[in-house]
Amino acid sequence: MTFHFGNPRRVAALAAMVTAASVAVAAAQQPAPRQPPGPVRLGIVSFLSGPAASPFGVPGRNGAEIVIEALNAGTAPAPFNTVGLGGAKIEAKYVDEAGSTAQVVTEFRNLVQRDQVDAVVGYISSGSCLAVTPVAEELKALTVYFDCGTPRIFEETARKYVFRASPHATMDNVGAARYLLAKHKDVAVYSGINQNYAWGQDSWRDFVGAMKVLAPKAAVDKELFPKLFAGEYGAEISTLLTSKSQALHTSFWDGDLEGFVYQGQARGLDKRMPIIYTTGEASIWRLRDKMPDNTIIGGRGPNGPLAPDTELNRWFQKIYVDRYGTPPTYPSYQMALSVLGLKVAWDKAQKAKGGKPTTDEVVQAFEGIEYDGPSGHVKLALSNGHQGIQETAYGTYRFNKQTKQPELVDVMRFPAECVNPPNGVNADDWIKDGMKGAKCK
Amino acid sequence: MWSRQNIAGALAFAALAVAAPFLPSWLVSLATIAFANGLVVLGLVILWRAGLVPFGQALFYAAGAYTVALMSRYTGLRDVFVLVAAGALAAGLVAFLIGLLLARYRDIFFAMLSLAMSMILYGVLVKTETLGSTDGFHVETGTFLGYAPRGAALGLALFWLVLGTCGFAALLIATYFVSIAGVLAAPVRDNEIRVEFLGLSVDRLIHLKVVISGVLAGLGGALAALAVAHVDPNMAYWTTSGGFVFVTILAGAGSVAAAFVGSFVFELARSIAIDFFPGTWQIILGGALLLTILFLPEGLGSLAGRLRRVPEKAS
Amino acid sequence: MLTAFAILTDGLVYAAYLFLVAVGLTLIFGVMKILNVTHGSFYAFGAYGAATAVGIYFERGLPAAGGFLFMILVAMAIGLVLGVILERGILRFVYGKDEVVIVLVTYATFLMLEDVIALIWGRQSYAAWQPMVAAGSVEIGDLVLSNYDIVLVALAAGVAMGGYWALKYTRYGRLLTAVIFDRETAAAFGVNVTVVYTVTFIIGAMLGALGGAVMAPKISVTLGIGVEVIVLAFAVVVTGGLGSIEGALTGALIVGLCRAAAVHLVPQIELFVIYAVMALVLVFRPYGLFTQAQPRKI
Repeated sequence: MTFHFGNPRRVAALAAMVTAASVAVAAAQQPAPRQPPGPVRLGIVSFLSGPAASPFGVPGRNGAEIVIEALNAGTAPAPFNTVGLGGAKIEAKYVDEAGSTAQVVTEFRNLVQRDQVDAVVGYISSGSCLAVTPVAEELKALTVYFDCGTPRIFEETARKYVFRASPHATMDNVGAARYLLAKHKDVAVYSGINQNYAWGQDSWRDFVGAMKVLAPKAAVDKELFPKLFAGEYGAEISTLLTSKSQALHTSFWDGDLEGFVYQGQARGLDKRMPIIYTTGEASIWRLRDKMPDNTIIGGRGPNGPLAPDTELNRWFQKIYVDRYGTPPTYPSYQMALSVLGLKVAWDKAQKAKGGKPTTDEVVQAFEGIEYDGPSGHVKLALSNGHQGIQETAYGTYRFNKQTKQPELVDVMRFPAECVNPPNGVNADDWIKDGMKGAKCK
Repeated sequence: MWSRQNIAGALAFAALAVAAPFLPSWLVSLATIAFANGLVVLGLVILWRAGLVPFGQALFYAAGAYTVALMSRYTGLRDVFVLVAAGALAAGLVAFLIGLLLARYRDIFFAMLSLAMSMILYGVLVKTETLGSTDGFHVETGTFLGYAPRGAALGLALFWLVLGTCGFAALLIATYFVSIAGVLAAPVRDNEIRVEFLGLSVDRLIHLKVVISGVLAGLGGALAALAVAHVDPNMAYWTTSGGFVFVTILAGAGSVAAAFVGSFVFELARSIAIDFFPGTWQIILGGALLLTILFLPEGLGSLAGRLRRVPEKAS
Repeated sequence: MLTAFAILTDGLVYAAYLFLVAVGLTLIFGVMKILNVTHGSFYAFGAYGAATAVGIYFERGLPAAGGFLFMILVAMAIGLVLGVILERGILRFVYGKDEVVIVLVTYATFLMLEDVIALIWGRQSYAAWQPMVAAGSVEIGDLVLSNYDIVLVALAAGVAMGGYWALKYTRYGRLLTAVIFDRETAAAFGVNVTVVYTVTFIIGAMLGALGGAVMAPKISVTLGIGVEVIVLAFAVVVTGGLGSIEGALTGALIVGLCRAAAVHLVPQIELFVIYAVMALVLVFRPYGLFTQAQPRKI
């Protein structure tokens, strides 16, 4: 029996079969009615394929996995040593964030409506976060963003069901400007090389804005925006070498960052001017001695080697290294912060109610919480208690030739209220207005 | 216009519309986007029948989507019918202008020039930080002639809107396929010079097809913008175009229905692959599609043979 | 003045990169009329193979020049094997089919090979910087040039000249040219087109892998490097004219120099340059820069 796609009878039969199949798949997905206390289902979304998987998506996923395991076993340090969320074990479903915005939104709806998860923790790309937010609000689905950087999520409209424990990306670049000027106060001319997409553009804009406030006489020289994943930066490096720049800012990550480091080093760029890598922390364990000494490294907050030396941090590092063989980087820290934040809110709501809390009850408990994660203290102080702020830290890179390990020295910490806008003020406006209200002592 | 085939198709659309409230919401949302994309695929089928495969349909898709998004954001117009019509019109205008250049090229040059145009739009959108650059921006919820549904009702309303538009477009294009311009596609594909000797302008014909496919792609983009409620420059990127071409070839150029069924099957397959194989779905999908091509030689390969024959008049 | 010199050198380096990536593609397209999306996979496999080779070689502390050679040979060997597997295993089943179907096959293959790479090499990135660092640098005023880049330009020039000479002056090269020009007539003259196809595909694969290998020391070899390269390669090939080595070279030079100028002088348009150049060339030369006249078939 030959099969012609164009034959109308065949097409109709195929359509009928497909509809029947999808209804069957849908029916099969319906969860069995739960007996209390059933498990709490979480959807964990991050890049599991594509170029963002290795530096961010997989460390994020691993951070979730290892923390959830510890919570289910009750082996996390106090105050997280109760089982799961409110005593109920956590069942996690890991979903790939890859695909177009339409596909990301479709998968979010699948998690909430088809798989009926109790909450979604995830999302790395700011585009995903922006697209998912209105859908989360519409479906009344508790969602915690762990990595995406744009401040726009809560600034455009007030949100009820969406939270972000990790600080947004503004503090990365304000912190960078402060650190650069603390270590090199005579910088008169600076340049930037950032990937030509929202992340790179926003990072550069925030950095220039902060520099204008902190060092108004310093001038911008070259503003380079190579294509994302360009990989080859010969022309850009030549431009910088023949320019008068005294410092370089970049928000490059992963492959682009590493390629730029190799190519820059081969041509002595690092000897010409200090270079700031705002997300460099995620790459130091791979680059090791190829990252030049005296590079300025940021970790999107007090993560990794910039994290405070607390029992919680030591515990987190140990369980992570034991399982995955490499130290946790900032996406892992951010994920841990988010999952633990959810636990704090959930336990609080559970205690108040005396039984499994509804989504609205958890949402109410979540607003404005303060707690400590492996990266230190966080407070959901912005946007009606939905957006977290933390201190940030920057350090200078040194490869220790004796221990053969990467190290960050000359670490400077900037308090949360120094590098984050105050409640009620948009990040962009705050920088433009001279960062009023910044508390830096 | 009302051939047996077309009536059957219309009934199928009607059945879907009636069934929608009883289907799970996630399936309805998925189908909404799949059918909107199906319109783009339909436009590609029109061009493919004439032997041309543009790699830049995302240009019109994004044009339609951004028209809806920008109008919604800056003029406060919310009525979906007005917005979608505006999106299709804008895309049609772009297609008309671009088509003036594009219609003179064939084969890979047609494909690459069309790709270049869409990448230029992509570059412009990425550079426009006020529109959020690669993050894009939100599209406000639309109203339906004054009716403003929310929640599950909104999902259904959008689905019915898309279904209605697709049904209407399907009918029109099915008629187009048996019109003179439509029937000329196969001769143009086989041997342009002979068509010119008949006294017809092949360039003008192809220009017309570019415009029609542009309008369809813009329509799909406008509907997608409302359904996903978000637009971003990725809608103009070459991988988006590639995705449409992918589905087109899989579905085949045999009939109008193929475009929509193929689009839906693809979205569903992709969703299932991601669900069950979160780390390796790409290899599964690529492999499944490869097997489909290789082992459905009659399904796809016969198209080349079928198109070379004069198509029978629909009974 | 230094800027002008920098633009020239940057343009040449980028052109060398584009040419090495595009030459295999233009050959395959010219002979087989196939838009080979899998070319990106050849590039990626070449890069990963080179990274592994560099890792093995430089552990032993052998001279750097040997490492460079070793890396290239390993990559080309991988390209050879991959080319044979794909051509004999998948492609030959679809030769008679619609051109666009063949593109789809190569695209599906490309998707699968991306995950095959992840299966073989894992999802982390690899470094192969030793040859680049060992080559050292040369200073010209403020400008520091990497000697490795100079080697790349020399290599590209070598491949261009070698390819051109091979096509024009060897028997096989002339057969290839005949098939590029008109497959049917060549077959009618007794050329074994099937063998020509297979050999061409393998040569194209090896050249693609070579492109990946020589770029590996400069970049971070990670998943997805094949994707970006495909569009670049296609743009250069279309600009230069299909099946023409001198076309690929000229296209690469034009795009490389324009892009370098853009980065130095008008960085805002850098994203558009390659597409704008291609569109502009196509407006004036609809079939690319270097194509033979096509007889109109009635």
